[in-house]
Amino acid sequence: MSNNNKEAPLIEIRNLHFSRSGRMIFDGVDLDIPRGKVTAIMGPSGTGKTTLLRLIGGQLKPASGTINVDRHNVPELGHKELYKLRKRMGMLFQSGALLTDLSVFENVAFPVREHTKLPESMIRSLVLMKLEAVGLRGARDLMPSELSGGMARRVALARAIALDPMMIMYDEPFTGQDPISMGVLVQLIRLLNDALNMTSIVVSHDVKETMAIADYIYVISTGKVIAHGSPEELNKSDSPWVKQFIHGMPDGPVPFHYPAKDYLEDLVSGTG
Amino acid sequence: MIGWIRYLGRSGLHFFERLGRGSIFFFNVLMGLPFLFFRFRLVIQQLYVVGVLSLLIIIVSGLFVGMVLGLQGYNTLVDFGAEESLGVMVALSLVRELGPVVSALLFAGRAGSALTAEIGLMKATEQLSGMEMMAVDPMSRVVAPRFLAGVISMPLLAAIFSAIGVMGGYFVGVGLLGVDTGAFWSQMQAKISWSDDILNGVIKSVVFGVVATWIAVFEGYDAIPTSEGVSRATTRTVVHTSLAILGVDFVLTALMFE
Ligand SMILES: Nc1ncnc2c1ncn2[C@@H]1O[C@H](COP(=O)(O)OP(=O)(O)O)[C@@H](O)[C@H]1O
Ligand SMILES: [Mg+2]
Repeated sequence: MSNNNKEAPLIEIRNLHFSRSGRMIFDGVDLDIPRGKVTAIMGPSGTGKTTLLRLIGGQLKPASGTINVDRHNVPELGHKELYKLRKRMGMLFQSGALLTDLSVFENVAFPVREHTKLPESMIRSLVLMKLEAVGLRGARDLMPSELSGGMARRVALARAIALDPMMIMYDEPFTGQDPISMGVLVQLIRLLNDALNMTSIVVSHDVKETMAIADYIYVISTGKVIAHGSPEELNKSDSPWVKQFIHGMPDGPVPFHYPAKDYLEDLVSGTG
Repeated sequence: MIGWIRYLGRSGLHFFERLGRGSIFFFNVLMGLPFLFFRFRLVIQQLYVVGVLSLLIIIVSGLFVGMVLGLQGYNTLVDFGAEESLGVMVALSLVRELGPVVSALLFAGRAGSALTAEIGLMKATEQLSGMEMMAVDPMSRVVAPRFLAGVISMPLLAAIFSAIGVMGGYFVGVGLLGVDTGAFWSQMQAKISWSDDILNGVIKSVVFGVVATWIAVFEGYDAIPTSEGVSRATTRTVVHTSLAILGVDFVLTALMFE
């Protein structure tokens, strides 16, 4: 049983379909997230990477398909079961999503206070340990408005690991970071993954950093998985899709344009 | 003409769609209330923000409204030689109508708009989503305590408004215009009934508290998560609450004082 548990991927997504305001976002996506590894999901902006994380977290419901997280099919879970599962999931939002009326310390303490009845002294030690892990123990009394973007993301990371989740989802952790905090984050993600034996999912369009950190990569575009493999495999791939993305060419199989009617017709028609 | 009918139909549909969403939301808030039984501290914090911070505007407005009532009432009553009834007149107007209605309108502007902006901004900055992903239900953790605090505060604020208003009427009537103190109070005591006047006033302000806070938290939770969306939601809170309060007041008055 426990052996079997190790082999099975933590997350199994099969035949996922999802559309938003009439636009198809996912059109039959299959992917596996193995346990204990860093798996990256890459793709151009607007392909639905954030949407995928929200589907895994149960904040959105797919039109069809299954999303098994540790053998629970997320779209079918009731409110109570979903919340129980979420206690074991951490998610790092693009913005950090810190609670603006609480200090750094209280932000990290928030999930602990909500879900446990630990005495104050233990909460204090726990929070300081998590803050130490992200290098911000000294910033505990600052308010979120006093933090830089990189610091806010690290505080959010400390908060996401406060309850020792089995997995953590990072939404664009590198976007808008200076090279130093980028390096710090890359290291932290790897370190936390290995030290805490967690499963990590990194969603990103920063090719270089993601290639450096990931054990396995899925590339999605236009609603489908267009390539997957280890960073080396993708580097060597000769598929035009993968090449375009990895080498950052503006136009190619992945179109530069948001779907629209014919350009000339649009200009001439003079309405809409 | 067709365009106008189409517009009417579309706004009608939109109105009922929002009313439906609002009702489901209301039900979900009620489901979140039992959680507060164990976390009453959350409600107390909000009682301070929603209630105590509204006190100043309620007290000042109550005083002026009472003083104006005293002045106007005296000028009318003195023609009939009935200025001794000034106390009754001031107190009745306040307890039955002006206390609950005016304090609800002030509440919408002071506390309701703040609630909408706060919840809307929490949504826009993904704080609500973030809570959901931490397995904390924003409905019971954020919305329910604010709702309950609003419902508890409203009747208290209305009572304070009325009490201060009576004082204002007293200062003007007895202090400045020379109405007899004994008559002012004893007529008030004799003519105002507990169940017909005071209790009905309290029922009104409880209903207004539910309506005003419901609209405020719903508009915040339902706001489009951008700065423009939040600012529009805040405006809507004040406008919709004011209209709803005045409409509901008419219905309640018709039912209570036939
Ligand atoms: N709240 C929403 N309502 C409607 N469409 C949305 C909403 N959020 C995102 N979208 C659309 O879904 C698509 C995927 O968005 P997202 O998952 O945020 O992309 P990514 O994170 O990959 O940049 C985008 O094309 C966007 O237009
Ligand atoms: Mg995104």
